[in-house]
Amino acid sequence: MSRYSITGLYQGAVGALNYRRLFEQEALPTVVANTLVWVVAVVGLTVVISLVLAQLLDASFPGRRVVRWAVIVPWAASLIITAKLFVWIYDYYFGALNHVVTALRLTAEPVDWLGNDATVMGAMIGVGVFVSLPFTTYVLLAGLATIPGDVYEAARLDGASAWQTYRSVTLPLLGPALLVATVLNLIYVFNSFPIVWTLNDRNPGFGHDTMVTYMYKVAFKSALRDVGLAAAVGVLNLVLVLLAVLLYLRTVRWQDAEA
Amino acid sequence: MRPARRLRRVALTGAGVAVAAFFVAPYVVMLLDALKPAAELRASPPHVLPRAWQPGNFLDVVRDPVFRSALRVSVTVALVSTLLAVAAAIPAAYHTARRRFRGRSAFLFLVLVTQMFSPTTLVVGLYREFFQLGLVNTSAALILTNAAFNLAFAVWILRAFFASIPRELEEAAEVDGCSRLGALLRVVLPLARPAIVTAAIFAFIAAWNEYIVALTLMTDADMKPITVALTSYVTAYVQHWNLLFAASILAIVPVIVLFALIEPYLVSGLTAGSVK
Repeated sequence: MSRYSITGLYQGAVGALNYRRLFEQEALPTVVANTLVWVVAVVGLTVVISLVLAQLLDASFPGRRVVRWAVIVPWAASLIITAKLFVWIYDYYFGALNHVVTALRLTAEPVDWLGNDATVMGAMIGVGVFVSLPFTTYVLLAGLATIPGDVYEAARLDGASAWQTYRSVTLPLLGPALLVATVLNLIYVFNSFPIVWTLNDRNPGFGHDTMVTYMYKVAFKSALRDVGLAAAVGVLNLVLVLLAVLLYLRTVRWQDAEA
Repeated sequence: MRPARRLRRVALTGAGVAVAAFFVAPYVVMLLDALKPAAELRASPPHVLPRAWQPGNFLDVVRDPVFRSALRVSVTVALVSTLLAVAAAIPAAYHTARRRFRGRSAFLFLVLVTQMFSPTTLVVGLYREFFQLGLVNTSAALILTNAAFNLAFAVWILRAFFASIPRELEEAAEVDGCSRLGALLRVVLPLARPAIVTAAIFAFIAAWNEYIVALTLMTDADMKPITVALTSYVTAYVQHWNLLFAASILAIVPVIVLFALIEPYLVSGLTAGSVK
């Protein structure tokens, strides 16, 4: 709430000037496009992979508890530390990833994952998905745990195949959990700062920035050093998040009405 | 049927091992680096296993008074703020799940909007507020902030699960002479256990890893939580990367321990056969 008053103060003196200047920034279309790619890819991949992971962690097999403990580790570790770790893993000379990739002869040369325009976004999305999986998986796992066992029994008696049961029994009952997981992921990934900030550290300009890191650079790091403009970026970001969440909620509700 | 079932078990276990390895591998690298002497971290070419194992790094961190007080602050803040957030979220979630009232969707959406501000933008306002209350450099400031930050998630996830619990169960309890509150406590809460555990894990981890507000509000050296204290191992003046990694590993441990303690409650299975 205090945010409105702060941005309100900034706007008070210069009117809409900062917003007009924001839309004149050359980097803005790139940054908005980057943000959309980042959010859609991370949230989409995370949700799909988490559905599979939650199913695995819900099944019973020896050592399941240990696997559950392992999955929580990236969530328990602080984001900055994980981001730094991945800078090390993606490293051109010493990184574990290039060792694996060249050993398997997938590429002839090692790849400069974080320095190459073609790979840096993919590399960041990979880390984004990695750290979002535990949270999403656990929300879905809690969802699976509350599905009563007798609906599965009923489906089996009706002769439904495993896939049919999943599609027409599990997935609809998982709806509320899936909604919570997706909406919160949407917000967190939109506002995620440490990963893009740390992995995109060495690249000059705004070519791979998302809204949040762009805002920080505009305020503190670039030649602009412009808090007013950064605040305008912040407001635009908030509007984008709101739109994305509303759009998602509407789509989901609309589908519910159809079903 | 028998061999098929055994095959399934083997496949599931194999998949489980692969998943566990995938999630833990980066942190094993960190653990190995934490066991190296400082000079070995800058070796070129680097080697995965330490040449000279130095488990003393962990002892150095554990003996460090800064780390000890940071651990105390972090545990207090994370535990109390988690309890507060979950306790406040349960009635809010129950009410929005069971009663229809004007502005219900608006209320839920407003709760969600509080999550859309990145904490960075809230720091200035929070500092002023806590300064006026005289709470700067107290655990209470971080407890209140974290409880408030994590309330939205707790309300949303609990509401989703309360809504999915069949109303007939409560009605049955009321027919049997339970009050509305009694039905909530004896019927709904036990069934929603997986959701409560998930909300608690989330609130605890978020409070445990919160950085920006702690950095701003906790300026006394002995009031800094772990996230802030960690950064003192690598500054412009000293670069103890091995100690940083050791402290980071140690900082993960309490979360895993807590999780191991409450993980059994993640499985409900109680609803099986509850409605016929």
